[in-house]
Amino acid sequence: MVLNARRSRIDELAESTSDSGTSLAASAWRRLRRNPVFLVGALIIGVFVLLALAAPWLAPHDPAQRILEHQVSRATNTIPPVQEGFPLGGDQYGRDLFSRLLLGSQQTLLVAVLATVIGLGGGLVLGVTAGAFGGWVDSVVMRAVDVMLSVPSLLLAVSIGALFASQTQFTVILAVAIVQVPIFGRLLRGTMLAQRASDHVLAARALGVRETSIVFRHMLPNALGPVIVQATLVLAVAIIDAAALSFLGLGAADDSIPEWGQMLGGAQTIIDSHPQLAFWPAGCIILVALGFTLVGESLRDALDPKRRR
Amino acid sequence: MLRYTVRRLAQLVLVVGVLSLLLFAWLRALPGGPVSALLGDRATPQARAQLEAQLGLDQPIWVQYWKFLERAATGDFGTSTGVQRGAPALEVFLVRFPATLELSVFALLLAVAVGIPLGYLAARRRGGWLDNLSITWSLVGVAVPVFFLAFLLKFVFAVELGVLPASGRQDTGLDATRVTGFYVLDGLLTREWDAAWNAFVHLILPAVALSTIPFAVIFRITRAAVLDVMDEDYVRTARAKGLAAMVIRRRHVLHNAMLPVVTTIGLQTGALLAGAVLTERVFNIPGIGQAVAVGFQRKDFPVLQVVILSAAMVYVLVNLVVDLSYALIDPRLRTR
Repeated sequence: MVLNARRSRIDELAESTSDSGTSLAASAWRRLRRNPVFLVGALIIGVFVLLALAAPWLAPHDPAQRILEHQVSRATNTIPPVQEGFPLGGDQYGRDLFSRLLLGSQQTLLVAVLATVIGLGGGLVLGVTAGAFGGWVDSVVMRAVDVMLSVPSLLLAVSIGALFASQTQFTVILAVAIVQVPIFGRLLRGTMLAQRASDHVLAARALGVRETSIVFRHMLPNALGPVIVQATLVLAVAIIDAAALSFLGLGAADDSIPEWGQMLGGAQTIIDSHPQLAFWPAGCIILVALGFTLVGESLRDALDPKRRR
Repeated sequence: MLRYTVRRLAQLVLVVGVLSLLLFAWLRALPGGPVSALLGDRATPQARAQLEAQLGLDQPIWVQYWKFLERAATGDFGTSTGVQRGAPALEVFLVRFPATLELSVFALLLAVAVGIPLGYLAARRRGGWLDNLSITWSLVGVAVPVFFLAFLLKFVFAVELGVLPASGRQDTGLDATRVTGFYVLDGLLTREWDAAWNAFVHLILPAVALSTIPFAVIFRITRAAVLDVMDEDYVRTARAKGLAAMVIRRRHVLHNAMLPVVTTIGLQTGALLAGAVLTERVFNIPGIGQAVAVGFQRKDFPVLQVVILSAAMVYVLVNLVVDLSYALIDPRLRTR
């Protein structure tokens, strides 16, 4: 098969944790608690989630208000410097950079979570359909998935974004999410197929359990392990992809509600003279993406005893 | 082997067929429909009517799809409406593609040349400083957006230190001869060594930036594969019968560990093209990245369509080559 390669890698991941049961979950947690990689990742995410929750009270200024506007001169491209009450200075429109960073965490985490949930939901439908029915349904769904996987993810996101007349935060989320649908779909299908052949499913079938009950109560719960790992990693990918779209000028047009990717994309024209406008949001993106990656990787290790990392 | 190849080629045709169907649906779903998509928003009513008749939009949908295929087969993807107004979309793409390909190939070579040896060494000395350092970098590297890393490199090495060029593919004053569109290759072919060197120097920063993610992936897969293979019975047997360590490493360990690595390299094609699109923007390289960004902003759908189709074809073709190369690596597959 042409795309055999990618398929086999995702399937391999699928099979690696398909035998997970409740006892594995318990032992996985025991391993996680002692894993420094997990602890560092969880700490990073915990801090940023707390910051996002507390942002409205912590932010010293309104992130949308051009408080320092009088200091900004378009002709000389001046950026308001660090000053009393503005610990990071202003941005190119005279808004408080610190407040925008703080509140940006809300929007960025929202983008990550929504994109992952939508991508996972779509992949769930595809994967369960293909994995549960098998046969020609499986072939049709998987060919469609192959085609989606053959378009580079960024270009796929761009072409989805193009379908909307104007760009908003939601269209960005949707574009980032749809890219993940085939990946989740293939992963779930693989785990579901592995479940189909397993003894407990055969036993359930022999007992005359209804097919829908087999799919949703016997196959799906056991197939979720690798999907949870993938979802954690996708949280990081979604933030970076959204930033990439903004960087290409395909981000949300309205920037009154700050988002890190958008801030980074908006700073690209003045990065040579005022790198701090790019470095702060980029630093935040890298930290949060790293946090999700570390948690995802350690989850993968914990769920798969065979893996040596 | 022949049957294997033919079967894979047939699947390639299938993928391209489905992709064309999706592209056709995409063009119809675009805001304003295919006419606006092809002509832009500011087209005169006459031009719209003419194109509608020309595209046969009054005809049944399958006839329209067939016409779309016919035009695509002859390389007619419409006329650029924004990137290079009036030029054929295919030409707009073809002029820019060599720059992107050159950058991607260099980045991939770099990632392979560093990733495989490092992965192998890290596996041999598991838990050593090299292993820990490489693993840390491969985790951090994935979290850094490619274009930001490109900015950082440009800021440090081009703006602050001034040791490498900050933008473009070659100094404009060079007046180098163009043969293939790949500037380094052109310089070598025409024996204009300074032109080749100049183009190469321009490639260093973008290629380093672009190679980080493929490097991280190739490194980790190589390391995992070598660790797996070192545990295999045949390696223990080879050791037990007293083969030289060098021979075991080369013929038994490295050779068998290469299969997943080669697969991974093929799968990096898509990420590489996407990363190139972003890197090109930072370094002002006139490749397809520019066409994508400008094409989207100016709603140049004919050009976007060619880019999407071509990127998918490149991905599928590279993975076809990867699949076929398995036969070279693994003799067991040849007999199938």
